[in-house]
Amino acid sequence: MRFSGLAIVMVVSVLTTPSAVAASQIDILEFADEQEQRRFRGLIEEFRCPKCLNTNLAGSDAPIAQDLRKVVYRLVVQEKMSDQEVRDYLQTRYGDFVLYDPPFNARTWYIWLVPILLGLLALFVLFRLQRTAKIGQARLEPEQQARLKEIIGNASSSSRGSSP
Amino acid sequence: MSRASLYIPLGVFVLILGLGYVGFDLGARNELPSALIDKPFPEFRAKLLDSPQTTITRNDLVGRPTMINVWATWCPTCLSEHEQLMQIAASTDVVIVGVNYKDQPLKARQWLTQYGNPYDYVLDDRDGLLGIEMGVYGAPETFLLNSRGDVVYKRVGDVNLRIWRDELEPRFKQLGVEIQDDSQSGAGL
Repeated sequence: MRFSGLAIVMVVSVLTTPSAVAASQIDILEFADEQEQRRFRGLIEEFRCPKCLNTNLAGSDAPIAQDLRKVVYRLVVQEKMSDQEVRDYLQTRYGDFVLYDPPFNARTWYIWLVPILLGLLALFVLFRLQRTAKIGQARLEPEQQARLKEIIGNASSSSRGSSP
Repeated sequence: MSRASLYIPLGVFVLILGLGYVGFDLGARNELPSALIDKPFPEFRAKLLDSPQTTITRNDLVGRPTMINVWATWCPTCLSEHEQLMQIAASTDVVIVGVNYKDQPLKARQWLTQYGNPYDYVLDDRDGLLGIEMGVYGAPETFLLNSRGDVVYKRVGDVNLRIWRDELEPRFKQLGVEIQDDSQSGAGL
């Protein structure tokens, strides 16, 4: 229990850190309304910083991430683009790399399919193991079966007999 | 359970190993694919470093094979590739356009006086907006455009003798850029 409590604290801190960083960056920007600000915040957390391997735009201090935050701000606030338009804008310039949610295409199919294939393979192996276990039971010849019964019968009756 | 199926775990292990090898390959890690390859160079408007009243647009890049080099005075790698750019400028008739990326124009002009100017002209991108249109991560980066203005190649990092020999020269030839043969032999020595 204590361990899972610790895990929750860690997850929460990981989840909140980027927003805390983002908040310090946003404060100097002005938005028409709260919804616009929420959208901006959501978008900069959604994109991966092109320069860093695993940080989003909100969490990175790389110059390119700062510039891209400004671009996202401009697109959202001044050009009134929808979320999808902003995504397309960044994707046409920086490619799939900036998307944390990679599209399914010729280059990425295997990262989507391999887990499914491995799952199917696991099911297949499990199925085979169970079936062979059953076959193993049924493989006794009739006389062997009878002998088995006899032994089990003897053992149980003798144990019953010896008990007080 | 047949003997062959005993090899299934090994097979799965090898499969995972193979995926890991492909997925975590250190070479591929630094290979940042450009979204612009085989696509037209984006529309843009930028001022010249030397004469801020002149505006350059995408139309000015069309018509001849063009090499676009993103550089800045704050970028040490840009200095190390400078000699190679000078060589390319001297030995080919390709148009070389500099993009002075997030830099101070004064420092940039001083740099070109000090180290030589391989560029036909340099665009002033002090706020990095052209860089974002081009999908630039940092400096240096080099783009090669065919005469229709499509991006045929992009290099993230310095242009050195190896990149010239293996990547740029063959593409220059394909694009019909004239190259004087022996002037490259001394480069990088």
